[in-house]
Amino acid sequence: MSEILTPEEIIKKGTLVFKKTKLMTDANLSYCPGCGHGVAHRITMEVLEEMGIAEQTIGIAPVGCSVLAYDFMNIDMQQAAHGRAPAVATGIKRVFPDKYVFTYQGDGDLAAIGTNETIHACNRGENIVIIFINNGIYGMTGGQMAPTTLAGMKSSTSPYGRDLAMTGHPIKITEMVAMLPGVCYATRQAVHKPALVRKAKKAIQKAFENQRDKKGTSIVEIVSNCNSGWKMTPVDSNVWLEENMLPVFPLGDIKG
Amino acid sequence: MEEVKLMKGNEAIAEASIREGVDAYFGYPITPQSEVIEYLMLEEPYKRTGMAVLQAESEIAAINMVYGAAACGKKAMTSSSSPGISLKQEGLSYIAGSELPCVVVNVVRGGPGLGTIQPSQADYFQTVKGGGHGDYRLIVLAPASVQEMSDFVEDGFNLAFKYRNPVMILSDGLIGQMMEKVKLKAQKPRLTENEIRERYGDWATLGNKSENRKIITSLELKPERQEKHNDKLQAKYREVEKNEVRYEKINCENADYLLVAYGSSARICQKTIQLGKEKGLNIGLIRPITLWPFPSKAIYEAADKVKGILAVELSAGQMVEDVRLAVNGKVKVEHFGRYGGMIHSPDEVLSALEQKIIGG
Amino acid sequence: MTEEIIIAGFGGQGVLSMGKILAYSGIMQDKEVSWMPSYGPEMRGGTANVTVILSDERISSPVLKHYDTAIILNQQSMDKFEETVKPGGILLYDPNGILKHPTRKDINIFKIEGAAEASRMSNSKTFNMIILGAYLKIKPVVNMENVLKGLKKSLPDRHHHLIPVNEEAIKVGIEKVQSLQTV
Ligand SMILES: Cc1ncc(C[n+]2csc(CCOP(=O)(O)OP(=O)(O)O)c2C)c(N)n1
Ligand code: SF4
Ligand SMILES: [Mg+2]
Repeated sequence: MSEILTPEEIIKKGTLVFKKTKLMTDANLSYCPGCGHGVAHRITMEVLEEMGIAEQTIGIAPVGCSVLAYDFMNIDMQQAAHGRAPAVATGIKRVFPDKYVFTYQGDGDLAAIGTNETIHACNRGENIVIIFINNGIYGMTGGQMAPTTLAGMKSSTSPYGRDLAMTGHPIKITEMVAMLPGVCYATRQAVHKPALVRKAKKAIQKAFENQRDKKGTSIVEIVSNCNSGWKMTPVDSNVWLEENMLPVFPLGDIKG
Repeated sequence: MEEVKLMKGNEAIAEASIREGVDAYFGYPITPQSEVIEYLMLEEPYKRTGMAVLQAESEIAAINMVYGAAACGKKAMTSSSSPGISLKQEGLSYIAGSELPCVVVNVVRGGPGLGTIQPSQADYFQTVKGGGHGDYRLIVLAPASVQEMSDFVEDGFNLAFKYRNPVMILSDGLIGQMMEKVKLKAQKPRLTENEIRERYGDWATLGNKSENRKIITSLELKPERQEKHNDKLQAKYREVEKNEVRYEKINCENADYLLVAYGSSARICQKTIQLGKEKGLNIGLIRPITLWPFPSKAIYEAADKVKGILAVELSAGQMVEDVRLAVNGKVKVEHFGRYGGMIHSPDEVLSALEQKIIGG
Repeated sequence: MTEEIIIAGFGGQGVLSMGKILAYSGIMQDKEVSWMPSYGPEMRGGTANVTVILSDERISSPVLKHYDTAIILNQQSMDKFEETVKPGGILLYDPNGILKHPTRKDINIFKIEGAAEASRMSNSKTFNMIILGAYLKIKPVVNMENVLKGLKKSLPDRHHHLIPVNEEAIKVGIEKVQSLQTV
């Protein structure tokens, strides 16, 4: 005879070990189960809550699976056109230099259609945080090749595997922008293991602290899975990420 | 505290933006409007009023910077010329869809493609009929003098905030590059954050508690809701059509023939009226000041009293379609215009009127 | 009164700034004014021209096909603008570098040795003010007091010490202009 407890009853029993930040709404996440986007959202919001800056923060959702980030992140949000989030962030920051501004962007958004906006916002050292979810694919549109897609990796627009001669190499944009003097902090993190989640959160916190201290652009890349796009189970996709993505996109601080 | 200066149209736009208390200008150089950002950089309005000025990496970036600033309830503007305005269409559609106020200036040059840098009015369709994707409207003001370049900055922001809608000032290389006397307005203070909160706090993203948070978006995944949103936009557009039509009638009393022209062509046509008088012809002019909403009713009513209408524009015939729709077949409507950067002279307009309307 | 003028020559001869000073002088005399330049790549060392209109009434078209006065400072401009002078109108030119002199019989023609006079003043920058002086002698559309005010308005403060030499140049133009043909 199993008894089904409500969350309140569980908490009453003194077993509360985790509480969802109130900066995440109660809306059901639209992400596929096991997708890294949800974790990345949560730790970003936890940082804002812990730093006590949520009410002075304006976030920017991209075009991509996280286009609805504003449904989940419980703060003031703007939704930007595909790739233009760093320009939108610039616009906000130039009229409100003392508010916190961050973009949340996928690899297609940040490193393909929005490369120009990315590089120039970084080059100006816009005092913003860029959270960059690199899942090596266009998740939202159904698994097409992204600029970060690995050599030989299959996608719906590289059905025989990415042909480097035809489509170029996986782009390491975080390393690229790390070279710019405007960027004070560039780091690559992941969120598929608890220890890595803790590290990623620390990195995001450091990025917002940089913004508070007016140090310039901070970019936090999060290598993430896209189990739907990669056509794998969530568990398999995390293994695949470790074995294939991380050798090309190694974790750790690149600058700062 | 009005001040009279001799200024280029482009300079007048720039100075007027400072005096209007604009919070941010984002631009990218292109002839024939580069004087706007050049003037601002020289003038350093960030020292005068705190207005931010930034040379963006592209017109795409510039319009998206406007989006970000406008979504904060700030007065934001950008300017460009035709090829750059084409790049801004995506952003304009997003701004219209998200119902953000802003002012965009197009100092039109000849096209298509890279075209020429000389004056043109061939961006009428793009400006008035949409340009970007989706069912949206820009409120379009067409200045015909340097004075109006200055005045329409204020008018533009008033309309933009009244309706939460992007406003386009549709000028051209002629109005942008020429110098005329201009009476500058007194300096308005920029709004403080508290003032913005009072006026626009119900929608602007200023940083808020979660319970009261604001979202600026043009996305609505459910088509039923997107249709509702469109209904709201359409209702707003009907209001604009009802309240904001502006035009000027020149010499229309007892005119036998009517010219319809806006902006630089309207200036040229005023000389044509004088030349016609010397030949004993009685010619009137209706000058649309708002291109959207278009003064259809005024043109419809004027059509009863004249023998024919010539639409004059620096294009192969764009506004003429709206004139024909307005006239609805009551009298003959023809088009005349040089294009590709060529400018028709007042004499050429008169000959066209004689050939296509009076003789035809 | 409406005076429609085209000033045409090489870029670098001060054509545009001469037009600007004239326009500013007009403002000082409470006139309506317009100044419409040719613009674009052709200005880099090529030809430059500007249409200036001064009027007691609201100015209609800032671009014209026919002018009351054409001030012509090189051969290309002579080729292009001689025919645009209204019958009975004025053509003022600097013969320096002109191979084909004006041939119209129905207009008033004047010449001013602007380049020569400027080199006599050892200051090539005074060239356009000499031309302006010549024009104002023929057509005193604005008075000297307002021209000096206009000059001051159109020069940035740091160049105000140049006003006396410019005034001097205007006087040279007034003195040296010659009538070649009156109709
Ligand atoms: C101008 C424009 N082009 C194309 C699209 C279609 N589109 C939507 S999302 C997307 C790719 C997003 O991929 P990524 O940025 O990697 O985000 P992910 O979904 O993988 O998180 C594309 C191409 C669009 N919305 N707008
Ligand atoms: S498609 Fe990929 S990126 Fe998008 S929600 Fe699903 S797993 Fe995540
Ligand atoms: Mg992706």
